[in-house]
Amino acid sequence: MTTETATLAAAEQPPHPVVEFWRYFSANRGALAGLYVIVCLGLVAIFADMLAPHEPQAQFRDALLTPPAWTDDGSIEFLLGTDDIGRDILSRIIHGARVSMSIGSLVVTLALTSGILIGLIAGFFRGAVEILIMRAMDIMLALPSLLLAIVIVAVLGPSLLNAAMAVVVVQLPHFVRLTRAAVITEMSKDYVTASRVSGAGMFRLMIATVLPNCMAPLIVQATLGFSTAILDLAALGFLGLGAQPPTPEWGTMLADALQFIQRAWWVVTFPGIAILITVLAFNLMGDGLRDALDPRLKR
Amino acid sequence: MLGFLLKRVSLVIPAFIGVTLLTFSLIRLVPGDPIELLVGERGIAPDRHAALRAELGLDRPILEQYAIYIGDLLQGDLGRSIVTKQPVLTEFLTLFPATIELSLCAILFAVGIGLPMGVIAAVRRGTVFDYSTMTLSLTGYSMPIFWWALLLILTFSVHLNLTPVSGRLSALFFVEPVTGFMLIDSLLSDEEGAFLSAVRHLILPAIALGTIPLAVIARMTRSSMLEVLSEDYIRTAYAKGLPPVRVIGMHALRNALIPVVTVIGLAVGVLFAGAILTETIFAWPGVGKWLVESVHRRDYPVLQGGVLLVASVVMGVNLIVDLLYGLINPRIRHGAST
Repeated sequence: MTTETATLAAAEQPPHPVVEFWRYFSANRGALAGLYVIVCLGLVAIFADMLAPHEPQAQFRDALLTPPAWTDDGSIEFLLGTDDIGRDILSRIIHGARVSMSIGSLVVTLALTSGILIGLIAGFFRGAVEILIMRAMDIMLALPSLLLAIVIVAVLGPSLLNAAMAVVVVQLPHFVRLTRAAVITEMSKDYVTASRVSGAGMFRLMIATVLPNCMAPLIVQATLGFSTAILDLAALGFLGLGAQPPTPEWGTMLADALQFIQRAWWVVTFPGIAILITVLAFNLMGDGLRDALDPRLKR
Repeated sequence: MLGFLLKRVSLVIPAFIGVTLLTFSLIRLVPGDPIELLVGERGIAPDRHAALRAELGLDRPILEQYAIYIGDLLQGDLGRSIVTKQPVLTEFLTLFPATIELSLCAILFAVGIGLPMGVIAAVRRGTVFDYSTMTLSLTGYSMPIFWWALLLILTFSVHLNLTPVSGRLSALFFVEPVTGFMLIDSLLSDEEGAFLSAVRHLILPAIALGTIPLAVIARMTRSSMLEVLSEDYIRTAYAKGLPPVRVIGMHALRNALIPVVTVIGLAVGVLFAGAILTETIFAWPGVGKWLVESVHRRDYPVLQGGVLLVASVVMGVNLIVDLLYGLINPRIRHGAST
């Protein structure tokens, strides 16, 4: 064995899947930008207490509706201005990142895990169980997502956590459908038969053999689900059915902004920009993930 | 074709029954006593409480309650609003034209701009126009529309003073409701300037509501056009010496439109969700605003009936889109019947 053949063998060896994935993903500039924004948002959410110049609930009674710092009447103390009861908008947006990111993660985690579980059951057991599950999912998809969320909040009562539960329910059918479809495709493949023949139990077959091969579309859906979760939570907050004041939630911050639209544009503008940037980042990353994880699109 | 039709219709029926189960259980799932919830914090005398229970049929076995509920539904009785005492169906029918008018204008806006944008982006692939179209469309897709609506008001109503902030018609005019569609009714009336006022009221809500469908249509048209443009028959058409406008407009667009039409049809659900927000912001007297208000007022019969009606409309439209799709595209029809 010479060193020459050894290097040849190394060169022919396919790259590790993670390396290959990263090569495709990082070639997509939009996706990378999305990832960077999400990392930054995560850091802002974690270190909100240190980053925010003021307490999100602190009211500065002598600085009501102060415009942003770069305008004539602005003050350097309140970079993005203050709202109608003198709260610093920048601090509220920074703390809002914590609310959105943590509730968003909660929603996606719950929807993903329960969706996978139900989807696995539907895909494995087929028959009546499958029909029952899939028809139930069809009904949930028949209602416009926001309307379904509103119905659930109407039953549970308006609060941030109940809104989060409503969004979990709204997102559930997408994960169930994806998992079931992937499981059914995988089940007919040889490696599953081989595993079954060699005596793998039902549970092992489900979780260890089939599920890892179904993950790619689920990861993409989870990323895109993050963006819809943040949008829906903000919309519910805006309608007064989600986070309740004084929680610094971006949608809730916009709820009564309409009253100040004539004299305080900054109250209306900045929370919306925060929502838009966050949702855009997750959509960009989701698109990039889909391209990188979909083998059919690989050149 | 008949088999395909029957098969599609038979799929809708269980979904509809499921939705009735959902709306039926809605009021029964609310924690606490439904009567106490209905009357609010003032409290209620025990005998009136019992009478109300009997009136709403809440003292019967649950299966019987459901049977009565379905029986009433089939007779078009969706209950009465607790607040206005009007039948829910009547209220819905009065408000629904406003929502249809808004949604139709939003879809017209979305198709009118999104379709040409997508076509040009596909034809000029890789140019600045293509990149900016795709960036704009992704931004539009990520837009929180309640905030977008506020921005539109801030720019066009507050700063430029071009459009009114809310409602469907200026208070200066009185228009007799004939069709329920303000644009038509204002034309039918003798009021001078009423039509223009109705248009000015409609523009901003329609843009706000149409933005997400626009983004989706532009993206979809572009990718569908790109696929078609690489087909052999397009090369043949060019080789025959046909002018590019004819090739793109006649040969390519026609085939590229099939998936786009589906997307437009399926946008109905998205439009309804958007209408809830848009109508609330612009004080547009439609179904979406009515439903949100019913939640705030705890007007459960309205919420119950409204949700059922909206779900029926969405399912009905989706069914029609599916059937039309089968009609345009024989592959679907035959694929489904075999």
